Amino acid sequence: MVKPEVYKELGLTDQEYQKIETIMDREPSPTELAMFSVEWSEHCGYPRSRKWLKLFPQEGKYPSLVGEDSGGIIVDDLAIVFKMESHNHPSQVEPKQGAATGVGGIIRDIFTAGAKPIASLNSLRFGPLTEPYNKFLLRGVVDGIQFYGNCLGVPTVGGEIYFDESYSGNCLVNAMSIGVCHKDQLARAKAVGVGNPIMYVGSSTGRDGIGGCSVLASHEFSEGEEKRPTVQIGDPFTEKCLIEATLEMLATGHVLGIKDMGAAGLTCSSAEMADAGGVGMEINLDDVPLREQGMEAYEIMMSESQERMLVCVKAGHEKEIEDIFAKWDLHGVVIGYVTDDKNLRVKYQGKVVADIKTEALAKGPVYDMPAEKPAYLDEVNKLDLATIPLPTNYNEVLLSLLASPSLANKAWVYEQYDHMVQTNTVVLPGSDAAVLRLKGTTKGLAATTDCNSRYCYLNPYRGAQIAVAEAARNLVCSGADPAAVTDCLNFGNPEKPDRFWYFKNCVMGIVDACRELYLPVVSGNVSFYNESPKGPINPTPSIGMIGILNDVNKHCTQYFKDEGDIIFLLGESKEELGGSEYLKVIHGQVAGEAPALGLKVEKAVQKVVYEAIGLGYINAAHDCSEGGLAVALAECCMSDQNNMIGAKITLVPGIRADAALFGESQSRIIVTCKKENLCKIEELAIENNLVCNELGVVGGDNLEIANLINLPVEQLSQTWRSAIKL
Amino acid sequence: MKFGVVVFPGSNCDQDCFHVVDKVLKQPVEFIWHKTTKLDDYDCLIIPGGFSYGDSLRCGAIARFSPIMEAVIGFANKGGLVIGICNGFQVLLEAGLLPGAMLRNKDLHFICKFVDLKVETTETPFSSQYKKGQVVSIPIAHNEGNYYIDDQGLAELKKNNQIVFTYTNNPNGAVADIAGIVNKNRNILGMMPHPERCSEDALGGSDGRIIWESIVKWLNQKSIKS
Repeated sequence: MVKPEVYKELGLTDQEYQKIETIMDREPSPTELAMFSVEWSEHCGYPRSRKWLKLFPQEGKYPSLVGEDSGGIIVDDLAIVFKMESHNHPSQVEPKQGAATGVGGIIRDIFTAGAKPIASLNSLRFGPLTEPYNKFLLRGVVDGIQFYGNCLGVPTVGGEIYFDESYSGNCLVNAMSIGVCHKDQLARAKAVGVGNPIMYVGSSTGRDGIGGCSVLASHEFSEGEEKRPTVQIGDPFTEKCLIEATLEMLATGHVLGIKDMGAAGLTCSSAEMADAGGVGMEINLDDVPLREQGMEAYEIMMSESQERMLVCVKAGHEKEIEDIFAKWDLHGVVIGYVTDDKNLRVKYQGKVVADIKTEALAKGPVYDMPAEKPAYLDEVNKLDLATIPLPTNYNEVLLSLLASPSLANKAWVYEQYDHMVQTNTVVLPGSDAAVLRLKGTTKGLAATTDCNSRYCYLNPYRGAQIAVAEAARNLVCSGADPAAVTDCLNFGNPEKPDRFWYFKNCVMGIVDACRELYLPVVSGNVSFYNESPKGPINPTPSIGMIGILNDVNKHCTQYFKDEGDIIFLLGESKEELGGSEYLKVIHGQVAGEAPALGLKVEKAVQKVVYEAIGLGYINAAHDCSEGGLAVALAECCMSDQNNMIGAKITLVPGIRADAALFGESQSRIIVTCKKENLCKIEELAIENNLVCNELGVVGGDNLEIANLINLPVEQLSQTWRSAIKL
Repeated sequence: MKFGVVVFPGSNCDQDCFHVVDKVLKQPVEFIWHKTTKLDDYDCLIIPGGFSYGDSLRCGAIARFSPIMEAVIGFANKGGLVIGICNGFQVLLEAGLLPGAMLRNKDLHFICKFVDLKVETTETPFSSQYKKGQVVSIPIAHNEGNYYIDDQGLAELKKNNQIVFTYTNNPNGAVADIAGIVNKNRNILGMMPHPERCSEDALGGSDGRIIWESIVKWLNQKSIKS
């Protein structure tokens, strides 16, 4: 029997090893053991989460594609494919390469589905910038995203960045990519047709990233560990050539299946393609292009060298495919063929080094993990507003919030990303959602990412619902109809019941919110073990969402446009401060309940704003989120840097002034319109039983709110724009 | 009239330029793979932006040795119109078709945003439809757009009225705020900003379109003359 040290080193448990022996009915070879370890790791096989992920709804307003490596929707003749994926652990270890290869990996998932990547977004989380290592991480991650994305020519059009102590020691880098193709050109990730050749295309295989998914992504960080050798190295130029070559190859019509060699490299791509096609596969590692001498079979099977893919081609067309890759100076070689025995057989140097049932590899164990509500939470949820003193200077509070890194302007980041290449970006970064035109149609696509992890920490079920609701609200504010969801579920160690309780409740929150808003979850990713000696991260179920505009010219932006426009608020401000940025920044507390959310009201707000934008009644629309009404109004005044404009606002009476200004009540959207359209919008609101309050009027150089706040927009802008510059 | 868009491995604004010529100008246009050596059919060559050869060694330094570049030099020497945008400008500098060199941006960051440019001369085939002194808004997206030329070279550029665009608020440290220049014969333009990204109103501005329209007008007049 294999020594326990060996399989434990590979991340396998005693029970898992026993199961492998039972499946094989013999002692596994070293290569086989390595292959099981990567395929059954949480990163590839989702053994601890799969049971819950099955609950996600898959139906929505558009036909959905829930695919192998990514998912999407069909809009008329177009398939829109998108997915979000984490690259947290590699980024914590080596931020530039970690983030770069995260971008590269998710983009490969898109073009291996046959779609041309048209946009990227990313959702990032770091510890406070007061710690030098967190600054180093932010700088490195942004550098990695720009290095890779800019070179590829895929615009990075949006995303979010938050800072919280819980991410010190374990940052989050969630990359999302969106691609488009004709619906008939979608490619599948499967091998079919006994005797058809299996081709290896792209870059050569080296020792980088060996065991990245089992060693890095499936364990938490402990003190002083050296993990750098398991981080992959990215080469965006090669990937750019690979995109072009792959799309050219797919256009030949000779490709039957294609899969990225991402996590678990050749092992995952070969086993899962064969399993998906219900066939076997034989591959010969002697034919794999290597960049290093003397590599062992297990190293070749586990390598996570970037920019490589596995393709199943119609027999007789190998040469054509080879020629396409040669044109782009990339490898394109036959390394095996489809067999009829449902086994994955791997040969190297004349010997069979692995022979495993593909199903056993691809469908690993499923665990039912125990979950338990953390004991501390009831205490944390207690918040008596009577103990929170009202501020004496509201101007100062607003300026402090605008300078808080989570709320501050992120131009320093997004101006380093090419967000315009491909000439589709109609709404540039800095509004509620990015809007892209879909060339060749009149339609547009809006995209956003969202998650307030502090809410999820206080109430995972509601926090996850809010993430879905807010993402949809952002899209609606841009004039889009929310259409479909991808998620990236970032949590701590699932073997600890309190962490798993958070996971389970967040999943249920997403499930219920998506059902109510009629949104399918078409793709996603789970990242567990996000903890360091300092503890787990806040539960962070990042939501990526796309929406459709029937007429891209009818998009809307958040900034105030014309002097004299009427400003009003759709939705109700409640007396709640739990989990707010105000409570944290001004009073140093993370406490209370997450804001209340009624999905029926949420739907009504979104319906009214979507319809009113479509009818041309609305000049600006902006979601009220972190920092509350006051911060949202300030953003409306200053986010169009060349056309900043003030506003004069009165508050709706009835609640504490700090809750009215900085409370984060959900389902609220600030809108502006010409005077003559006011009653039309009010009518729509009444029809939908929605609270609608006139707040004031656009104009002047100052933002004036009741007799509490009066500041020049120029000063707000300077504070907001200078907070993040490294 | 026929446009050609040169494609190197790593070019990534090739399709954007193609789109503008095809869909906005509605003029004939073809992609030209970098291994092509005959360019007799074309009236205007576009060397697009992107990361030819992944910016290895130095931006444009490897593309400069692509088989097509001999032909591009020949085409330009015969008076053909060549416009190099961003990485295309860098390639033209490396090939010696335009004077000067590119350094990294002064802040050492990639910068992508709309910037204001002043039109310094309308006496080129590329800028004739602007007004001299007009301020236009065209986006930049580069890491190495800090144009450098020595004093003597700068004096030469000024003397010959070769500076076409300058930044009104220099974003990258370029000498004399230079954003775009032509050669002495005025048939080769290199510019860091991307006119193809603002040639349609849908994209929030169409100031870049005037460059394309100037080219079309110039080529039309040329064909009438000949």
